[in-house]
Amino acid sequence: MARSRGGKTDHKEPCAIVLGLLFIFVRLAVVRRSPCCLFACLFWSWEIFELKAELNSDKKEKKKEAVKKVIASMTVGKDVSALFPDVVNCMQTDNLELKKLVYLYLMNYAKSQPDMAIMAVNTFVKDCEDPNPLIRALAVRTMGCIRVDKITEYLCEPLRKCLKDEDPYVRKTAAVCVAKLHDINAQLVEDQGFLDTLKDLISDSNPMVVANAVAALSEIAESHPSSNLLDLNPQSINKLLTALNECTEWGQIFILDCLANYAPKDDREAQRLSHANSAVVLSAVKVLMKFMEMLSKDLDYYGTLLKKLAPPLVTLLSAEPELQYVALRNINLIVQKRPEILKHEMKVFFVKYNDPIYVKLEKLDIMIRLASQANIAQVLAELKEYATEVDVDFVRKAVRAIGRCAIKVEQSAERCVSTLLDLIQTKVNYVVQEAIVVIKDIFRKYPNKYESVIATLCENLDSLDEPEARAAMIWIVGEYAERIDNADELLESFLEGFHDESTQVQLQLLTAIVKLFLKKPTETQELVQQVLSLATQLLCSDFMDFSSTPKDSDNPDLRDRGYIYWRLLSTDPVAAKEVVLAEKPLISEETDLIEPTLLDELICYIGTLASVYHKPPSAFVEGGRGVVHKSLPPRTASSESAESPETAPAGAPPGEQPDVIPTQGDLLGDLLNLDLGPPVSGPPLATTSVQMGAVDLLGGGLDSLIGGSNFTAPPAAAVPANLGAPMGSGLSDLFDLTSSVGTLSGSYVAPKAVWLPAMKAKGLEISGTFTRQVGSISMDLQLTNKALQVMTDFAIQFNRNSFGLAPAAPLQVHAPLSPNQTVEISLPLSTVGSVMKMEPLNNLQVAVKNNIDVFYFSTLYPLHILFVEDGKMDRQMFLATWKDIPNENEAQFQIRDCPLNAEAVSSRLQSSNIFTVAKRNVEGQDMLYQSLKLTNGIWVLAELRIQPGNPSFTLSLKCRAPEVSQHVCQAYETILKN
Amino acid sequence: MIHSLFLINSSGDIFLEKHWKSVVSRSVCDYFFEAQERATEAENVPPVIPTPHHYLLSVYRHKIFFVAVIQTEVPPLFVIEFLHRVVDTFQDYFGVCSEPVIKDNVVVVYEVLEEMLDNGFPLATESNILKELIKPPTILRTVVNTITGSTNVGDQLPTGQLSVVPWRRTGVKYTNNEAYFDVIEEIDAIIDKSGSTITAEIQGVIDACVKLTGMPDLTLSFMNPRLLDDVSFHPCVRFKRWESERILSFIPPDGNFRLLSYHVSAQNLVAIPVYVKHGISFRDSSSLGRFEITVGPKQTMGKTIEGVIVTSQMPKGVLNMSLTPSQGTHTFDPVTKMLSWDVGKINPQKLPSLKGTMSLQAGASKPDENPTISLQFKIQQLAISGLKVNRLDMYGEKYKPFKGIKYMTKAGKFQVRT
Repeated sequence: MARSRGGKTDHKEPCAIVLGLLFIFVRLAVVRRSPCCLFACLFWSWEIFELKAELNSDKKEKKKEAVKKVIASMTVGKDVSALFPDVVNCMQTDNLELKKLVYLYLMNYAKSQPDMAIMAVNTFVKDCEDPNPLIRALAVRTMGCIRVDKITEYLCEPLRKCLKDEDPYVRKTAAVCVAKLHDINAQLVEDQGFLDTLKDLISDSNPMVVANAVAALSEIAESHPSSNLLDLNPQSINKLLTALNECTEWGQIFILDCLANYAPKDDREAQRLSHANSAVVLSAVKVLMKFMEMLSKDLDYYGTLLKKLAPPLVTLLSAEPELQYVALRNINLIVQKRPEILKHEMKVFFVKYNDPIYVKLEKLDIMIRLASQANIAQVLAELKEYATEVDVDFVRKAVRAIGRCAIKVEQSAERCVSTLLDLIQTKVNYVVQEAIVVIKDIFRKYPNKYESVIATLCENLDSLDEPEARAAMIWIVGEYAERIDNADELLESFLEGFHDESTQVQLQLLTAIVKLFLKKPTETQELVQQVLSLATQLLCSDFMDFSSTPKDSDNPDLRDRGYIYWRLLSTDPVAAKEVVLAEKPLISEETDLIEPTLLDELICYIGTLASVYHKPPSAFVEGGRGVVHKSLPPRTASSESAESPETAPAGAPPGEQPDVIPTQGDLLGDLLNLDLGPPVSGPPLATTSVQMGAVDLLGGGLDSLIGGSNFTAPPAAAVPANLGAPMGSGLSDLFDLTSSVGTLSGSYVAPKAVWLPAMKAKGLEISGTFTRQVGSISMDLQLTNKALQVMTDFAIQFNRNSFGLAPAAPLQVHAPLSPNQTVEISLPLSTVGSVMKMEPLNNLQVAVKNNIDVFYFSTLYPLHILFVEDGKMDRQMFLATWKDIPNENEAQFQIRDCPLNAEAVSSRLQSSNIFTVAKRNVEGQDMLYQSLKLTNGIWVLAELRIQPGNPSFTLSLKCRAPEVSQHVCQAYETILKN
Repeated sequence: MIHSLFLINSSGDIFLEKHWKSVVSRSVCDYFFEAQERATEAENVPPVIPTPHHYLLSVYRHKIFFVAVIQTEVPPLFVIEFLHRVVDTFQDYFGVCSEPVIKDNVVVVYEVLEEMLDNGFPLATESNILKELIKPPTILRTVVNTITGSTNVGDQLPTGQLSVVPWRRTGVKYTNNEAYFDVIEEIDAIIDKSGSTITAEIQGVIDACVKLTGMPDLTLSFMNPRLLDDVSFHPCVRFKRWESERILSFIPPDGNFRLLSYHVSAQNLVAIPVYVKHGISFRDSSSLGRFEITVGPKQTMGKTIEGVIVTSQMPKGVLNMSLTPSQGTHTFDPVTKMLSWDVGKINPQKLPSLKGTMSLQAGASKPDENPTISLQFKIQQLAISGLKVNRLDMYGEKYKPFKGIKYMTKAGKFQVRT
């Protein structure tokens, strides 16, 4: 090195390079050790060095080539940030390409060099005023990508100008820039009023600008779920629909997604289905699926829509495999919601052998969903074909699918079984095992029908090596032990390796042998004792010997089951027979359907990631971004009543109603037989146990709900407290029957509101209202089962509340609530429960339990249900009390928009137990003096001033407990306005 | 929206990255590599991969994975469709889309990507417009650029982009005015072992190459438009007119574009132009199997079938095959077990056949699965669905253009089970 230096002293530049190189070499040598790595580093530093020189060259061409090299290095992930100042120096140029290249560089590295990036600001601001719209747009676009706070400050002014630029290209770029800026500094965007400008752009004349504005707004709205950025009105919807037809395909996606959040009644979207871009198709399908919910089925239009939906969906399947996959996941949803759309298109889901595996599995799933009596032959032939494919996973799924077809389409069961038998004959190991697992399911669905195949199954006993298949086979042997001659031998052979089996097989074996014993007690006594001791002692021995394998020891399930059988058999063989050989419930058709509420939600997310994962976005979307729950619009009233669960009265047909009325005897019986009846909480217990304040619902209250089934008889002292209520409640229920026709004389009843949406309560929806009739209060509930499983064992309990409201009788739901059924119940309430002041005063926290879980909700009850019938005060008394109550307790309210005259007001209030004590006419105004009493004995006095012709009333309330005034006023308002 | 894009080759190197928002570290691709390892073949990598903070959506084309990184809930189809569009654009720019070509043109690629997406929102995806913004590299242009120092970046706003017809630029001029339309149909079918059709459908497209001066307004009518009940159009087609009269009326984009694509579904009767007679049998005892295939024409309306290639994935147990074709050439790869027979033209008088024996692993039981035969072929001057263009008219311009229509039928996923 030294020599070369000496030899070339007359050339200035190379010398400097060599010197620099030497310097870098020394520095690097300190840091790195590996010679190879060192060499690479050295080489790279050399390149940087060279680039630096080129960047500072005077020649334009050289400069440009250098920047290109820099960009090329950047794209492959090399760090070229060291060249920052040199590259920025090239920014001031007329050459557009060079400018663009420098901009590309800036976007990547500005963040790492914020101080240097400031150098670029001036050029940006200048470029934003350039006469060429392309350059204006480029500058504002790039500025938005530079995520440096100092630069964003300078961005505001140019951005504002560009948002109002005369050229639509600049405007549309600027719209996106607002979204970028919002991402960097949301506060700034709001302060500068950019959001309003953006909203104005929705009504821009250029469709491209509209689309980008919508896209930007949607993105901003996503991080602000509560904001009403995209509140659409019919005018803006019309604008969007016009733009929809004219803008680019991507714009159409943004607009359609935005439309899907709104619910207009329009059919122009149908056109969009004829589009080449798959994302546009799915967005349009989403909008249509939502609207179809509102259309009634007998309209011709509905049929046309259905016909229009099918072909585009099918066409999606001829696209690239990745698109197919996403489309199939969505079709899976659509098929579950509306199978009629694709019922004729079964064939397109047939699998091609070179489809990627993820497409194959998805197609198979949809085939089963579409299988029906009409096409089952075709489907089975296909499935059988798949069962001979190469791919093991796919073959397994195909065999399972045959079983699912058998269970789903009863007429085809026979054919399915024979197909499965054919497959077993192939003796391909995994096919046989899978077939046996599904045949077990078929046995459970159609007991005593296909037992003739058992012999064939038994032949394959030895080849089974997977736990699931072994367990299934053992189950079959145990279940049909009486028909298999050598059942004991078969089971005994399994028993030999008991220790090495998986838990699943061990449990199954235990049960099967017990079954066998109960069926053939004479010859199998030894066997059963062997298995019981194996199952139970296994653990006992493990307790002594800790060195044994953990596989045996972590098995309390097995031990417990063993003990239960043991005791059952030793104490009462008859009972054992009843328990073990009891009739089994038939398995349901399809176990993997998505819950209807979730399905409805997912339909709203067609085309998004949510629909690919079949999970609501809230379940997986990142971080603090709130997610707005979307739901399908409710069907309009004109829609068929039998179809929609909301209007279905099936839950409480008239014939059942007498059942609902709890007669006194019934109730007593129930109280005494709590352990036999459904596990309901005894209200008396609740009143005594509730003492822990606000956490009640989670603590003691819950215990009594769950433990309700355990106590045998309620404390005798509590019974009388309860007896008063049932009589009244029975009566009130009688009235309640008529109240649906026309309110008899009771106080005002608010329409039922949804208190607990199905989404939050695993499918149980509760809506309800409060009523007061002839002295008793009741809570009218409507329970709807929107889940897939049957609900039983309902119970209800209240937290302590301001007025001591408590259920006066247990919640009586007589029949189990099957899916999609609704039941109406009137729950009598008493006011003798324990008292705790709530905030707000009329807040009521409720816990409802069923066989699935315990759910909590809170609701506000109208105060007028607490107004008692003897609330009319004597005149003198009224005057005295009015004077007696200090003036600071008086509260004054305005009741607006109530066009009633004094008589009407008086009589209406009277029916809700607000009594007019006196009436005067002062200077043309009607003054009503009224009194009412709450259940806890608080009197409220009122003065109501009515001016004829003026719909606004003035209400003055005086009460010793002024905090109720506000709620009394609300009660006034609800009574008068309804 | 789309955060970043990584291009990954089949050996797992990231050779290009582009970020539209903040920079996402390339370590995010590790999740993709994991999935890639799990999938046995590149085609089986799932298109949507969740990671703790991002989602990776990928497409696999030309032996390159295009992996998009997204962070929020976006329509995945939108992303995947966009990725395919990126590939198409590259192909359009460079002729082929492969790793070396992308590496050679890395700057142009980068510029194009920047132009296609802004902040994750698609900006310009029409290749017409892109080509005006960034000119594709040609040898001539490279030479000219080096000499004159001009650039390959357009410095004017593309005129068409914001007009009412965004797909067409103004001021187009040609000395020869011509409009060519290619009706290309691909037939997808599954034939079962007895020769009957299980499912068959036709995917058709009409690709156009229109080089016409000015602002021509074209109408295209069909002899039997009833066939087209499931169509998707280029945005230029006036949908109302199609709905009411079944006539395609449009102002065409300049150059090559896809006018419409259509789908003739399985419900209509689809003619199957070829048949395959096969006898593939394994015997339990012997280590030799018999193999025989004959291909013949069927419902071809008198047209010849050309470019026939028969491929079949043989079972793992097959060690080798000794076959004699009556025409064409055949290969068998003993590693991948892929048999390929390049037949060429089918002469109806002398049907091509491939006969011989397969040698199986000695002692092994006979294979469980039957090989599926897939077929490729071409038929010129025939649209198998029967679609025929009636006439093409031009309005709005004075000159007389030269018009041409070509038909072609190809095999898509055409499979015969044995």
